[in-house]
Amino acid sequence: MSTIPAELRFAESHEWAKQEGDLIVVGISDHAQEALGDVVFVELPEIGKVFVAGDAAGVVESVKAASDIYSPVAGEVVEVNESLGETPEELNNSPYSSWIFKVKPSNADGDLAKLLDADAYKAAIGE
Amino acid sequence: MGQRTPLFDLHLALGAKLVDFGGWDMPLHYGSQVEEHHQVRRDCGIFDVSHMHVIDVSGSQAKPWLQHLLANDVGRLQHTGRALYSAMLDTQGGIVDDMIVYLTEQGYRLVVNAATGAKDLAWMNAHLSGFDVHLTHRAELAMLAIQGPHARQKIGELVTQARAELIHTLRPFEGQQEGDWFIARTGYTGEDGLEIILPAEQACSFFNDMVGAGISPIGLGARDTLRLEAGMNLYGQEIDEQVSPLISNMGWTVAWKPEDRDFIGRAALEAERTKGIASKLVGLVLEERGVLRAHQVVRIAEVGEGEITSGSFSPTLSKSIALARVPMATADRAEVEIRGKWYPVRVVQPTFVRHGKALI
Repeated sequence: MSTIPAELRFAESHEWAKQEGDLIVVGISDHAQEALGDVVFVELPEIGKVFVAGDAAGVVESVKAASDIYSPVAGEVVEVNESLGETPEELNNSPYSSWIFKVKPSNADGDLAKLLDADAYKAAIGE
Repeated sequence: MGQRTPLFDLHLALGAKLVDFGGWDMPLHYGSQVEEHHQVRRDCGIFDVSHMHVIDVSGSQAKPWLQHLLANDVGRLQHTGRALYSAMLDTQGGIVDDMIVYLTEQGYRLVVNAATGAKDLAWMNAHLSGFDVHLTHRAELAMLAIQGPHARQKIGELVTQARAELIHTLRPFEGQQEGDWFIARTGYTGEDGLEIILPAEQACSFFNDMVGAGISPIGLGARDTLRLEAGMNLYGQEIDEQVSPLISNMGWTVAWKPEDRDFIGRAALEAERTKGIASKLVGLVLEERGVLRAHQVVRIAEVGEGEITSGSFSPTLSKSIALARVPMATADRAEVEIRGKWYPVRVVQPTFVRHGKALI
């Protein structure tokens, strides 16, 4: 049974999104890190890159496999979590405080509304 | 649902995350693959490898039959208990499987791969005619590998005195029967250790005894990174029926002498050798961050292209390593394409770690 914080929104592809001021912070869910296993490398998006919701934004590699990370919202990447370069395992240790990138959203309300709330995500992953 | 070993329920109780491996539901890890890897390099751990197949060969012509069937020569086994590693080839020189062969009191014992067991038996049976040989697939046996620098000492404390003495006296690459256990000093990790073949009904209690004594269970995930660091081939990755042992770092396992030993695949290998061996397996080390993976393209300036056969993150070296098949000429440096970008890699001997020590 994984942890699913009630204040977050989730994509079916297992990213979480959190509103922080006028930015959206993105990471991967506890369920996702557990399925991936030991994370050993994170390929971060480039700052300034503009995504449509659902675009491939980066890659998380575990010992086992590489997995694409999709941007749950449209917008421009304004910050990336460089510390994951040294300590990618933080995605395993604390998936909800280890964010991957922050987006300046172009349609925050509309995109967030399309994401799952905690209960719906819980149902989506069969817990 | 895949096939299950006698230890399946125990794996679940120990919190295993399961993976399909060659049609078997096997533990991938019990929590952290990386921690399990370190555990084996630094101390020891237990693997359930009961999905591998044990085939006993008996009959008056067991020896000449295996000398025909295998690329290595069982005639090299000088006394009971000695083991050798061999490929079993098809007539084109392609590798049907790789295996360990032990000389036993009754004949020979073969240990072959999990996914290839049925294919191997069909191949062997198809080549039996004219030989007084009897094959017994010992599906009722389980197999446990205990690997790591402290493996023999710790197991010695958990078994009968006779078994402890055998464990103490076995030399590397030897295996002997003791009661209804067959104990071998072999493995697939690059560390010292044992592989024990025992009746399935005893496997759970022995596994439990080991866990109770503080020895960690280790999943197939760590088994893969351990064998990759040790530079050992995995059937289906480095080797299969499309490749010969001569391009797979297995030239040393082909016994060319005596020259009149007519093993299956010999003519094809001789032709390949005469023509010139085109490629080889090398090790790659990625100095930048990232992870090398199977099937990525390798480019060597002025030499040509190759392909990664297995790639992963090396927990011991804290960087990504790979085995790759490249043109024979090779070089010290190469590049690998990862998601459309070319990354520089170092080309090294394909043994990255042995007995806990980095070799690159």
